[in-house]
Amino acid sequence: MTDLQNTVPMVLAERVVKAFGSHVVLSDISLSVGRGEVVCIIGPSGSGKSTFLRCINHLERLDGGRLTVDGELIGYRQSGDKIYELKPREAAHQRKDIGMVFQRFNLFPHLTVLENIIEAPTQVKRQSRAAASARAMELLERVGLAEKAKAYPASLSGGQQQRVAIARALAMDPKLMLFDEPTSALDPELVGEVLDVMKQLARDGMTMVVVTHEMGFAREVADSLVFMDGGVVVERGIPREVLADPQHARTKAFLSKVL
Amino acid sequence: MSNTRGARVPETDPGASGRPERIRAIPLRHPVRNAFAILLVLLVASFIWDAAVNRPAYDWPSVGKYVFDIRVSQAALVTLELTVLSMVGAILLGSLLAVMRLSPNPVLRGIAWIYLWIFRGTPVYVQLVFWGLLSTIYRSITLGIPFTDIGMSWTTQDTLSVFWLAVIGLALNEAAYMAEIVRAGMLSVDGGQGEASMALGMSWAQTMRRIVIPQSMRVIIPPTGNEVISMLKTTSLVTAVPLSTDLYTRTRDISAETFNPIPLLIVASIWYLFFTSLLMIGQYFLERRFARGTRFVDLGPAVTEDSLPIATIPPTSKSDGPPKSNSTNLGASS
Repeated sequence: MTDLQNTVPMVLAERVVKAFGSHVVLSDISLSVGRGEVVCIIGPSGSGKSTFLRCINHLERLDGGRLTVDGELIGYRQSGDKIYELKPREAAHQRKDIGMVFQRFNLFPHLTVLENIIEAPTQVKRQSRAAASARAMELLERVGLAEKAKAYPASLSGGQQQRVAIARALAMDPKLMLFDEPTSALDPELVGEVLDVMKQLARDGMTMVVVTHEMGFAREVADSLVFMDGGVVVERGIPREVLADPQHARTKAFLSKVL
Repeated sequence: MSNTRGARVPETDPGASGRPERIRAIPLRHPVRNAFAILLVLLVASFIWDAAVNRPAYDWPSVGKYVFDIRVSQAALVTLELTVLSMVGAILLGSLLAVMRLSPNPVLRGIAWIYLWIFRGTPVYVQLVFWGLLSTIYRSITLGIPFTDIGMSWTTQDTLSVFWLAVIGLALNEAAYMAEIVRAGMLSVDGGQGEASMALGMSWAQTMRRIVIPQSMRVIIPPTGNEVISMLKTTSLVTAVPLSTDLYTRTRDISAETFNPIPLLIVASIWYLFFTSLLMIGQYFLERRFARGTRFVDLGPAVTEDSLPIATIPPTSKSDGPPKSNSTNLGASS
């Protein structure tokens, strides 16, 4: 990796605030994710992990602070000292470079596996159906589901669906992948196959932000582990160190319950 | 205490002794249910025989004579036109009202709600009489820019025929019902679908057109089919406008000349039933088209039919495991 590329972090959140009505979910989040870095976010439910992830691709609107992806301000446009909200079309343009994988997979049930994957490349990037299909088959091969191309999502197991969802996100050639508890809705014996795909992706150098409860995955794959609670980043460090020797009392209390 | 099952019983091995024996029981009898069914068959049969033989008022020869009468079949066509045109109008306006009802803008929401309140809250017959009196209330229709002389004006009576007044009256009434059906359809699509689509960079319009609307069709089509059939029959009220060329009004006019209303009522019913049957067939195929991907239609190539669930053996290993580690670049962003 060149130093020049490394000067701008992939994700840079500065004092991010998000509230739903009077309920403040993110009170002050500052976090930077470098290129090729894998960051795992852990924390109790309601700590704002998912909300923060959704802010990164503007599925939620920020109420305060700044958030940039690859140096580009997300959701807003700055002109002089005025900040303008982006039009839906401009926000969509920003999202196409950011892949997202959801807890509930959210595959399109009326489309086959292949159609799910080529939908955005053909509709958004105007790729030809043939080119998009070839690329989709390549991605399906890599997540081990090439033979399911013509199946409908309802006939797949949860683990298979999530692997298709990952392939669908990758088909847009994103520079950043966001994972929102990708294995939480899976039967225990299906978790491994999804984590394996994610490990491979990390090894290939993809920048990833992963909200997860899989401590083993965090320890093995993540470059950095973030513990969030009450809408703030409580602690951040090398996963092995944070898990073995948490510095903060709240981190200790949380880890003692989940490990 | 756990140990009724504590000792490790070896798993039954279906390979050793063949399949477990199937239960061969004598099926439960249902004498009351069967007797009731026979009674109904007898009642229906005697009614048909009676109607065919003992009741001259039905006048079956007249039914045969008028069912293909050119005046009747032309009127049937008018009824069909009324149905199709007013339903198309109702679906378009209803979709607009549904989007307005779901809008974050309170003014749009409020206007849509008031529309529904008025058009669902008054009888369609009364509305049709109102439309018939449109030219009395509004003698001319003027399009133009206010406070200027620019614009055009038409006489209401010459511009809108009774037929189109009937279409407008039926469509505006039906739009209120279609709005609720479309709204329910849109709300039935999981919110995660829209989010997944947006997260892939698709615009709002693409998300609606490609993802939300196709899925909402599954919920929208069955009640819309009902509404079409209902509309076919509601057209018999257009005499209120008054339009007299539709199926029911035409057969009633004919019977006013022949003093023989019963066979013509049967003729009208036959035509209504014929169209309703066609619509039901169309609905069946539409529903199948939009049920793609649901369990009831597509079980996917992965599912194999097992003859008896009792004999299935849990697979010892999954057919497709996690992907093999691959040296090529998974992300492949270039």
